Amino acid sequence: MAMSSENEHPVKAFGWAARDSSGHLSPFKFSRRATQEKDVTFKVLYCGICHSDLHNVKNEWGITSYPVIPGHEIVGVVTEVGAKVTKFKVGDKVGVGCMVGSCRSCANCKDNLENYCPKMILTYGTKYYDGTITHGGYSDIMVLDEHFGIKIPDNLPLDGSALILCAGITVYSPLKYYGLDKAGMHLGVVGLGGLGHMAVKFAKAMGLKVTVISTSPNKKKEAMEHLGADEFLVSRNTEEMQFAMDTMDGIIDTVSAVHSLLPLIGLLKNNGKLVMVGAPEKPLELPIMPLLLGRKIVGGSNIGGIKETQEMIDFAAKHNIVADIEVIPMDYVNTAMERLSKADVKYRFVIDIANSLKPI
Amino acid sequence: MAKSPDQEHPCKAFGWAARDKSGLLSPLCFSRRENGDEDVTIKILFCGVCHSDLHVAKNEWGFTNYPVVPGHEMVGTVMKVGSDVKKFKVGERVGVGVIVGSCKKCESCQQDLENYCPQTIFTYNSHYTDGTKTYGGYSDMIVVDERYVLRFPDNLPLEGGAPLLCAGITVYSPMKYYGMTEPGKHLGVAGLGGLGHVAVKMGKAFGLKVTVISSSPKKETEAIERLGADSFLVTSDPAKMKAALGTMDYIIDTVSAVHPLLPLLSLLKLNGKLVTVGLPDKPLELPIFPLVLGRKLVGGSDIGGMKETQEMLDFCAKHGIAADVEVIQMDYINTAMERLAKSDVRYRFVIDVASSLSQ
Repeated sequence: MAMSSENEHPVKAFGWAARDSSGHLSPFKFSRRATQEKDVTFKVLYCGICHSDLHNVKNEWGITSYPVIPGHEIVGVVTEVGAKVTKFKVGDKVGVGCMVGSCRSCANCKDNLENYCPKMILTYGTKYYDGTITHGGYSDIMVLDEHFGIKIPDNLPLDGSALILCAGITVYSPLKYYGLDKAGMHLGVVGLGGLGHMAVKFAKAMGLKVTVISTSPNKKKEAMEHLGADEFLVSRNTEEMQFAMDTMDGIIDTVSAVHSLLPLIGLLKNNGKLVMVGAPEKPLELPIMPLLLGRKIVGGSNIGGIKETQEMIDFAAKHNIVADIEVIPMDYVNTAMERLSKADVKYRFVIDIANSLKPI
Repeated sequence: MAKSPDQEHPCKAFGWAARDKSGLLSPLCFSRRENGDEDVTIKILFCGVCHSDLHVAKNEWGFTNYPVVPGHEMVGTVMKVGSDVKKFKVGERVGVGVIVGSCKKCESCQQDLENYCPQTIFTYNSHYTDGTKTYGGYSDMIVVDERYVLRFPDNLPLEGGAPLLCAGITVYSPMKYYGMTEPGKHLGVAGLGGLGHVAVKMGKAFGLKVTVISSSPKKETEAIERLGADSFLVTSDPAKMKAALGTMDYIIDTVSAVHPLLPLLSLLKLNGKLVTVGLPDKPLELPIFPLVLGRKLVGGSDIGGMKETQEMLDFCAKHGIAADVEVIQMDYINTAMERLAKSDVRYRFVIDVASSLSQ
């Protein structure tokens, strides 16, 4: 007989979970495994609300198994370390992103690309090595294989660094992989949400010229004055878009809704690269002629490996890159999810777990 | 008043042209410009029949300016050279491909990427710098700026070498650009026509494992025994397609008809590259999840610059690569076009212009 979430492990834990596809979250008692020899146990301090959390709680991708405790942008403080742990000690800060496990032996894992391991274990909603389902960061404690823990640099604020662990690496990795990280290049960023605003900050720190492409003209002031974007294009303004054709070395497209690729491909110079990091659930139309005539590409990218995530957060610390967030108490989470679905947040909600998650 | 084709230039020329969107070709008297200081005059010996010729003859792309003399895979001999010509002498064997002009000043031209110049002048159905229409290789002679003429290697057969000037460079250029040249890696070639069969040969010459991906099971024996492919995958065989999931480093997609990309993307490994060189007339559906989850990309490529085209010809000469052709007489061209529309050719028609083009 399958054990209940509360009994399957020896350590009591508490969080908020969605129980059905309404996506409504509510208090939930469950349990965590005992600290194994390579594990660190930590008290969760903050957890960012990623748009994936919303997709998952509402089963929008059709893969959710309830109850689900979301949260994969987690920062905490270590309370216990296993006997063979070398990376962390009690009292250290630790971050966890989207993954908590992988096979550790395939070519991808050996290449520090755990995110592309076919047996990658997600921070929530996936089967762990012991057959139990992983539960995410909207909870009081976590137990983590140290390999998947990220050291948080001292000069980064804890609440602002949480979401770098997903949103940050999701845009940093493709900037590096697709070679869109050289000073003087011109990068377009489509969509100005959690991912988009991080892309602007990273790209500016790398010395690129950045143009934000958005459907919302009211984001222009913020984008240019606060985030440091050099230009702003309203995608529905055909004249502006026309004028900007053939000017960009690359574009990071963070938009998850179905949208048209043709105008974006037109913005690229020859050999330009359109990189998708948002994942619309339906296929998009790909016009072939413009791709051919300019030798352009459309590519994808998915988070990043652990080594690169550490590199990314160290880069953020060096350049004082901090996410723009709205800190909320745990019991605001359902309202936050509603606002998130309307993109009504600058630019990520972060749950103040330590101060607001109270066991029932 | 606009001059007629046979009067706009001083040198008489003769070829076969399409006059309307039936695409039917028939004799046309026209004219070529005087050989300028940087020009080379070429007697055309052979000209390949590219699928683009068919598209343009029938105005399938909507921009044909009739009458059109197609043909952009021609080989011939130099009959005259201008006073500033440095690269060629009378009597030499040369080739002319898809472009006969460009601006020569933009970044692309400066980087030997004349094919990406915004002012590229195509061998036919374009306007030259003097405002007159360009006419292609289904004709007796052509006058070309030496920059756009290729030296034709001695050990390449004329008939088999002609199609390389479009089909060859169309697959060679992306193979180089997208890094599909590491020995031991696995290349998929989707579509086995003019482009596809040359891609197989080049892939083998680069030391790749090559799998042909096709909708026609009957092409298998040919692909493996004659072209040297290592394996053959029929797209309608679900078990075989499943077994091949995640096995290819790259795929060259030569298919021009609208077709699904998802099965091809699924054949790619992590970081795999799907490069389209065919020209479907409608957009294709691109599923984004496979791109994101496998860090894969879809890219395009369009012929190649002059320097690279020369490099390609020399590469083919070195490795004994020529197209598999069916040589035809000029007056067979309309039948050839019909057969081409049904993919009934192994794998390119080549017109024996010199022997069969008569007024």
